[in-house]
Amino acid sequence: MSYFALTELEIHRAILTIAVAAVCSVSCALLGCFLLLKRMSMLGDAIGHGVLPGIAVAFLVTGQLTSFSTLLGAMAFGVLTSVLSESLAASNVIAEDSSLGVVYTSMFALGVVLISTLARYVDLDTNCVFMGHLVFVSSNTFDGFAILGFEIPKAFPTMLLTLVLAVGFITVFWKELKLVAFDPNLALSMGYSPKLVNYLLTALIAGTTVSAFEAVGLILVLAVLIVPGASAHLLTDRLAPMLIWSAVFAVSASIIGYFAATRSAYALDISGMIAVVLGVQFALVVLFAPRHGLIAKWWRNLLLSVRIAEEEILATLFRAEEAGVAVYSLALKDHGLSSWVIGYAHRKLIQGGLLATSEIGLPTLTETGRRTARNLVRSHRLWESYAGAVLDVPADHVHSIAARIEHYIGPELQDELATTLDQPPNDPHGKSIPPK
Amino acid sequence: MFDWLPYNTLVVLIGVALLGACSGVIGCFAVLGRRALVGDALSHATLPGVGVAYLLAGGKHFAFMLVGGFVSGLLGIGVLAILKRFTRIRDDAAIAIVLSTFYGGGIVLATLIQQLPRGGQAGWDTFIYGQSTGIVWDDVQWILALVLATLVVVGLLFKEFKLVAFDSAFAHVQGWPDRVIDFAMMLLLLVVVVTGLPAVGVLLMAAMLIVPASAARFWTYRLSHMLFLAAAIGSGSGVAGTLLSSFVPRPTLPLGPCIILFTALSFITSLLFAPERGLLARFYARRRDRIALLADLRASKETL
Repeated sequence: MSYFALTELEIHRAILTIAVAAVCSVSCALLGCFLLLKRMSMLGDAIGHGVLPGIAVAFLVTGQLTSFSTLLGAMAFGVLTSVLSESLAASNVIAEDSSLGVVYTSMFALGVVLISTLARYVDLDTNCVFMGHLVFVSSNTFDGFAILGFEIPKAFPTMLLTLVLAVGFITVFWKELKLVAFDPNLALSMGYSPKLVNYLLTALIAGTTVSAFEAVGLILVLAVLIVPGASAHLLTDRLAPMLIWSAVFAVSASIIGYFAATRSAYALDISGMIAVVLGVQFALVVLFAPRHGLIAKWWRNLLLSVRIAEEEILATLFRAEEAGVAVYSLALKDHGLSSWVIGYAHRKLIQGGLLATSEIGLPTLTETGRRTARNLVRSHRLWESYAGAVLDVPADHVHSIAARIEHYIGPELQDELATTLDQPPNDPHGKSIPPK
Repeated sequence: MFDWLPYNTLVVLIGVALLGACSGVIGCFAVLGRRALVGDALSHATLPGVGVAYLLAGGKHFAFMLVGGFVSGLLGIGVLAILKRFTRIRDDAAIAIVLSTFYGGGIVLATLIQQLPRGGQAGWDTFIYGQSTGIVWDDVQWILALVLATLVVVGLLFKEFKLVAFDSAFAHVQGWPDRVIDFAMMLLLLVVVVTGLPAVGVLLMAAMLIVPASAARFWTYRLSHMLFLAAAIGSGSGVAGTLLSSFVPRPTLPLGPCIILFTALSFITSLLFAPERGLLARFYARRRDRIALLADLRASKETL
């Protein structure tokens, strides 16, 4: 229990830090979902690096480092970075990713050079820009003010404002954002300007990035823009649940990351740890997501191959009965099924009463098995006839097509095929099509 | 002959020039294959490995840290490949995910290393921000070996790399092992990144891969020419940046960003002045077309 026993001061500090991190993370995550859907995930990274000269320019113009002028300068350069790289990509000589890379690395270099020439006059710590102040929010040198006896960190109101702006923007432009994110051409043809929505989104992301930077650092901003949205994208196919999921991931990662970083023997970087937790969440989702997860996909593929193996075994035996020959082996090599799957399918068929073993040890069909097999062969030969008669496929090519499709023909489609072909007695190879 | 150049600066100059040439060549394939930002992701992805190697070795052990960086870079490549092949996460998002989470892990390890009893984050900053001025003659020999190895591999696999960079689907259809070639290309990218990182830092490494190749793209339609041009721009910017930062006494300009600014300068020059695809050339071509069209219209009006 001692692990979670916190002093009052520690609780206070934890609540404040988590609140700042969570509010930052949620506004980034919500806006980031749209970047992800619009395939512009690296724009956050680009804006994050591109704002640096803006901070230097703001200092050169105003002669001081106030948060408001810095914010304005940074936002201007963030938007400039995105506009420049977009127009560079529009010139069609270099691809979008390269133009983004060219612009933001150059901007960043310009920023570093400017700041290092200013370094004599001002204490502008580049480290601080990248690592953020989240450490300072939770440290003793507390930078904030008190409301009703409750200390509030300075970054909190700014971040709350960006969150309100982000949520407001998404609510007001919900329909437009959705259209532009999923189908910009449709949006254009319906009279919505994807450009306007794009620029608003970019400006908002630049503002959020810059104000989040000061509080949580560049690393966390980059992570929280894309990773929660990506996790959410694997869990749902709908936009509103995706946004909610991304917020859930962002908040939970802030909480887990805070405690993982501070409750160990060493005081680890909180922002970095939140990014790591986001990565772990994403890895878990990639593995275990119910529809799009790797394990679910693998499981579905396995079930499908077992079903196909079962049907192939039945059909092979049915054809052998028809031709009056015995089947000695169920290798089914040409179907690309592993021997393990075939063995499992074989056992399942015997357990299900579709298959029996004859006196001399050969597999034979039971009455139920024969009915299922006949139905399958009927589907196969109907499709062969259809491919030959309607799709004009030559007779020596119809088999391989039908062998693939036979597993997906349900009773309705089978009836429809039979009706369309006027209940044909034989397939293109001259073999009789068995009745239902 | 180089009396006017201090020995240390000369060493740095040679090192940076070689590195610039090498990353220019590899960068061409990355830029053409639409994976310019993979270099950025990989250079960030090396950091946790460097940290773990530091912890395992119990101190700054340079070669070990490089190996660590290489291994975690490989892990990054693996994650990118898995996400691309088996999930619906697209390339751009996969790059952002690898970049930010690996970098976050690196930062966490950095704060851990800082607090170790034997202390110091010696050699750590080198990897993030780079320390070009710290290049010594031994490093230059390594970089030279790397450049030669890269050139040999590119020479041997030129046809394959070209095919996959321009049209990997076609390569696949033609029966080339496109995934293997792709992996070889990524591996080469990673080797260049890991070698260059301690010298020039995470961000400059990304710039050295992207900017010279993108600038070279404006001048030619031939891959072989583009490779030479990118190598020349990369090493030329390296030399110019080194000279600028070492001969401007005050303020002290950091070497890495100076080099990027020179690559950026060459890019802007290419964007403006390149024949045929440069902005000026396009502007004049359009004006010429407009004048010709107007003349045609006038002529046709007179004949009517």
